[in-house]
Amino acid sequence: MKFGIVVSEGPYTHQASDSAYNFVKAALATGHEVSRVFFYHDGVNVGTRLSIPPQDDRQIQEQWTALAKEHELDLVICIAAAQRRGLLDQNEADRQGKDANNIADGFRISGLGQLIEMGIQADRTITFGD
Amino acid sequence: MSIVKKFLYVNRKAPYGTIYAQEALEVVLIGAAFDQDVSMAFLDDGVFQLTKGQDTKEAGLKNFSPTFRALGDYEVTKLYVEQESLDERGLTLDDLQDIQWEDEDDDYAEKPSIIVVSRAGMADVMADQDVVLSF
Repeated sequence: MKFGIVVSEGPYTHQASDSAYNFVKAALATGHEVSRVFFYHDGVNVGTRLSIPPQDDRQIQEQWTALAKEHELDLVICIAAAQRRGLLDQNEADRQGKDANNIADGFRISGLGQLIEMGIQADRTITFGD
Repeated sequence: MSIVKKFLYVNRKAPYGTIYAQEALEVVLIGAAFDQDVSMAFLDDGVFQLTKGQDTKEAGLKNFSPTFRALGDYEVTKLYVEQESLDERGLTLDDLQDIQWEDEDDDYAEKPSIIVVSRAGMADVMADQDVVLSF
């Protein structure tokens, strides 16, 4: 089965991104396909490479980056939600005249159309939220 | 893209206090470009999103409630509202905005977009969808 995943809450405050991560790992391990993971609302904050969680805690962003690398996952951060919350890639930083970018490896910033397209193409769309 | 799926956007939260309602509406408006079969559902505190006379000036927030009246232009014409959620909050249909859409197959007759359904009816609406996005 081909899954599309929505993560709609931020890391650490909510368990949503942890549950999504565990689900995606389990789905891939059992031979399913994950066509895209779409980060919306505060979920976009999962994709900052500037978070520094305590060392004895899970490293949420690094977990996603590693999983994306291993399975060529498409991790998409919603541009509209990201702009509100200060998540930028270099392209956006240049375009908006900001002095830095903070997006982590394995993530890309794109539009809400990617969410709809995922819903059309996936067999099941699953939201991990509050 | 020729696949047409039934998309349902489920709104459970009050319009202000959190950003969910506003960002849900942004998805609906962008999604309209994909020519899918779109419906919206309003239940729990989500029914407050459709109330008329919203005034956010004192709170310093953007009042996005007029956008609901423009949804017909985006071919979003089915807004399911749960009766029990209205009842539990002391609301009636009269407290909600008059939201209409123009039916081009019926001489552009203006028709109401809001469809009040029971809780059981809402379950049927959800069961009938291909993609359910919850906000």
